[in-house]
Amino acid sequence: MIKLPIYMDNNSTTRCDPRVVEAMLPYFTEKYGNAASRSHAYGWEAEAAVEEAREQIADILGASAKEIIFTSGATESNNLALKGVAGMYKKKGTHIITQATEHKAVLDTCKRLERDGFQVTYLPVDKYGQVHPDQVRDAITDKTILVSIMTANNEIGTLQPIQAIGKICKEKGVLFHTDAVQAVGKIPLDVEAMGIDLLSLTAHKIYGPKGIGALYVRKKDPRVRLEPQIDGGGHERGMRSGTLPVPLIVGFGKACTIAKVEMAEEVARTFALRERLREGIMSRLPETYLNGHPTERLPGNANISFAYVEGEGLMMGIKDVAVSSGSACTSASLEPSYVLRALGVGDELAHSSIRFGIGRFNTHEEVDYVVDLVVREVNRLREMSPLYEMVQQGLDLKKIEWAHH
Amino acid sequence: MPYSEKILEHYNNPRNVGSFDASDPNVGTGLVGAPECGDVMKLQIRVNPQTGIIEDAKFKTFGCGSAIASSSLATEWLKGKTLEEAAAIKNTEIVEELALPPVKVHCSVLAEDAIKAALKNYQEKQQAAEKASPCEPAAV
Repeated sequence: MIKLPIYMDNNSTTRCDPRVVEAMLPYFTEKYGNAASRSHAYGWEAEAAVEEAREQIADILGASAKEIIFTSGATESNNLALKGVAGMYKKKGTHIITQATEHKAVLDTCKRLERDGFQVTYLPVDKYGQVHPDQVRDAITDKTILVSIMTANNEIGTLQPIQAIGKICKEKGVLFHTDAVQAVGKIPLDVEAMGIDLLSLTAHKIYGPKGIGALYVRKKDPRVRLEPQIDGGGHERGMRSGTLPVPLIVGFGKACTIAKVEMAEEVARTFALRERLREGIMSRLPETYLNGHPTERLPGNANISFAYVEGEGLMMGIKDVAVSSGSACTSASLEPSYVLRALGVGDELAHSSIRFGIGRFNTHEEVDYVVDLVVREVNRLREMSPLYEMVQQGLDLKKIEWAHH
Repeated sequence: MPYSEKILEHYNNPRNVGSFDASDPNVGTGLVGAPECGDVMKLQIRVNPQTGIIEDAKFKTFGCGSAIASSSLATEWLKGKTLEEAAAIKNTEIVEELALPPVKVHCSVLAEDAIKAALKNYQEKQQAAEKASPCEPAAV
């Protein structure tokens, strides 16, 4: 029996794993001490729990526990990494390199740094959404202090050549930050092997609670220093003050442990479901296009454009399935997805895109249900589409003079 | 964003989906919007040449649910109206009837534009037909 609506938006957020919730519960009502309280057992108990979670989080990154700084989430981690490095290293240089399809938490932070006098290079991506390591090498100048390239993209799931970029940054003596929010638990990560100096992650994308994230900050070779963005009691090695949310941290740690232990099995399963979905839809519907890289992508992500059908219109038809669209209509702006635009996907196809994000709790029954529903609705909407009709009549849509509004 | 019952009703059971022969002299066709902008409406009216009344209307729309609902509603309203009455349909009436949220007002504007474009196309055809020789078929 399928429970509706089906949740297939796991690149947006995930259901908290019941095992995670169970681990958290005692820290609300029984073990509620402040981890910074050094004078009593409640505090020691909370501190021990935080330190255990720090180990669990470090473990999934190949880092040491001391290198994990807790934040409210990846947006804060990205802000802290970029602004923290900019503030601390501005005497050394004022140039930062990033790329066009980063999350807004990186792009908008870069925009602010530009207003504050920094220079930012936004590298373009290829049609699959990848940056080539040579682009990074060529962009580095003697003023460059930081390179920030995401590990995996949230909309299209494209993986970046992180290891090669990390190597270049090491050679050039430039710090390397990666937003790995989407990649944690889906691809093996190792900050040493990948040459990563700073890494953002968050709990709620890996079946943990919302409201807790972390920034990995390398402690040696080199020791990365950050200008704190929140001042206060000097928690988290002075880089991020504020009382630690112990229950959330415990849940974050548990989520990382589960993700690491079950990664191989889970990746195989979500990949198989993703392929079942992708093939099911694309083999039954002509003129559908997979956005992003065909192979170098997150296992559970399928971002598909359905020609002649508008994304939000389609989402209304498949409202029993929770997904996202790159259509402008889903946001306050009139522009379609800037990520798809950066890949050179035309605006028309960007408006027609749906992001499916398969996760831990999806089943093949759900996938089959979604395939049937999507095929039926796309066919219905195409029958209702003037664009589809024009193409059937042999007209070239690109040659029509549209009344732009 | 929650949708009104009326939007959902039109989306799930759109009225008057389809096309007339655009070369029919009694048919007016309006095509507005652009694929890059995320919505395109094609709205057609068929006018009784004796009475000047819109006897039938059809639409096809590429767009969100609100755009589909706006054009579906427009075809319902057009039937039985004179050209003057049709020209008086305002987007604000569509907004009110469908309870469109502010971010979807542009869908109603597009529907009004489509109505006006269809009326204009019909009137242009009529004028062209009047100018043409009565022995020859009307230009389309």
